[in-house]
Amino acid sequence: MEGRKLRGMFGSQTKPETEEGQNTMSQAGPVTETSSQAPGTVSARRAKTLEAKGVNLYYGDFHAVENVTMTIEPNKVTALIGSSGCGKTTFLRSLNRMHELTPGASVKGDIYLDGEDIYGGGVDPVAVRRLVGMVFQQPNPFPTMSIYDNVAAGLNFNAGKVSKGDKDAVVEKSLRGAHLWDEVKDRLDRPGSGLSGGQQQRLCIARATAVSPEVLLMDEPCSALDPVATLAIEDLIAELKKEYTIAIVTHNMQQAARASDNTAFFNLDESGKPGHLVEIGTTEDIFTRPKQKETEDYVSGRFG
Amino acid sequence: MAHFDTTTNAGQILAAASGGRRRRGDRIFSNAAVVAAVTILALLVGVAVFLVTEGFPALTASSSELPKGESFISYVAPLAFGTCLAGVLAMIIAVPLAIAVALFITHIAPARIAMTLGYLVDLLAAIPSIIYGLWGIFVLGPAAVPVMKWLEEKLGFLPIFEGPASITGRTMLVVGLVLAVMILPIVSAVAREVFSQTPRKLQEGAQALGATRWEMIRTTVLPFGKSSVISGAMLGLGRALGETMAVAIILSVSGGVTFNLISQANPSTIAANVALNFPESSGLAINALIATGLVLFAITLATNFIARMIIARSEVR
Repeated sequence: MEGRKLRGMFGSQTKPETEEGQNTMSQAGPVTETSSQAPGTVSARRAKTLEAKGVNLYYGDFHAVENVTMTIEPNKVTALIGSSGCGKTTFLRSLNRMHELTPGASVKGDIYLDGEDIYGGGVDPVAVRRLVGMVFQQPNPFPTMSIYDNVAAGLNFNAGKVSKGDKDAVVEKSLRGAHLWDEVKDRLDRPGSGLSGGQQQRLCIARATAVSPEVLLMDEPCSALDPVATLAIEDLIAELKKEYTIAIVTHNMQQAARASDNTAFFNLDESGKPGHLVEIGTTEDIFTRPKQKETEDYVSGRFG
Repeated sequence: MAHFDTTTNAGQILAAASGGRRRRGDRIFSNAAVVAAVTILALLVGVAVFLVTEGFPALTASSSELPKGESFISYVAPLAFGTCLAGVLAMIIAVPLAIAVALFITHIAPARIAMTLGYLVDLLAAIPSIIYGLWGIFVLGPAAVPVMKWLEEKLGFLPIFEGPASITGRTMLVVGLVLAVMILPIVSAVAREVFSQTPRKLQEGAQALGATRWEMIRTTVLPFGKSSVISGAMLGLGRALGETMAVAIILSVSGGVTFNLISQANPSTIAANVALNFPESSGLAINALIATGLVLFAITLATNFIARMIIARSEVR
């Protein structure tokens, strides 16, 4: 299972492995067994930590996010909340290097995945995105592909090629993991676009987990869904954190309270100013004993 | 939320808005659209009727009455073959190139280069076909002579490069190249348009899975644009099949059916044949030329029909 390491994918850059224990996840050899599970097994594993240090994000000259330093803990759900335009989504997209795909966008600061700088020189953004998967606001299954092919899409890319038999197993495991298998197992060859919105979103989650990432980023994954489908996704998130580190952007305060372990509150002073992180803490603390007045006003619904 | 105090009130408002007569603007627009649609249909039918009535005498005449003393079928068959060969050759060369150019412009090149290149490709469409013909016979043809010589030597075992290679360059291969350049703008313009409309959420979906740029294009951009690209290719094919001047000027014709692309002896195409022979024809010979036009009409109609079937099949899964 190569591709676990950011640098492993382009050879020469292999940096001397450090002695700290926290880096063991990125080493080749026996330790990778923890991360490359045999298809079908459901035991918990330790995912990776994402650490942002002094992250500033820009669209051209526009300073969108200012100086964010925070840690997204492994096997926990971290909710990013805050009013519209405060940079939550922009920040989320910087965590798997999707931000830079917008023309003119740029990043300053460092983001570490278990100690490895994902913006380091020689790091391939494609390799980063294989380790840090993403689920979008609008369900976006590939419309010309069957349900099966949608889940297997990432496995067909060069970096993640697997054999046909393994592919069947991974597709089934991913669909089961996304609580979708029973609903689609008899029509895997039908187009993914024929599913309901909630099913499509679970299909996208299955697609993202099929390439076995370490971290899952979710950008308001339930905003296009009805309450029942939303609940299904939230149950799924609770399940997924056993295997992955999860960061979720949400506008729904109840959702943050229900589904997350940690909560980060973003805000901006006024429109046109960059968004920044106000505070981060356990979800319970943020919602019951916030340290900042701003946070208290927001979570109690007094503004936003 | 509007609240209506009484049902009569609401009823009156609804009646005023939608009942009775349709709005005038709607009526004018719908009538204009119907007229436009009927005109197109009438034109098509008119052309077909003309071709059939004028071509009919030649279709029913006996071999001895026709100009070359051969049956109409054996007269038109090599021409139809030449037409299709030139068209297919042009497609084989132009379509992959057009897709590559469109992808380069929409997904690879930096904005400024992309725009310039787009203009340049569009400009190719503004060049009259007579100029292409002259360019083909004076520039491309002679330039292709050594290449065709090489093809004959190295790949002569293939029927298409059997030779003997032409020393003037007035071959089917050169015609195919010129036609390819002529249809490149239309095919690439259609492809460019649809590629640039690929939904961003799909492209990002692929990229978030760790797709490289090419993998992203393969999984999202190409499938999204497939049916439009086929349509664009058919537009190009239509132009290639009907192209007259460039072919008439360049191609050295001997009649007969051959797949040999680099020799001096080539089948003519229907359109070029009409252009070359019309001035010296009279009586039944003219009817025969018009009847070949009917065959060209049928070929074009058939290719469009097949293309639509391909598109329909690829869309409904």
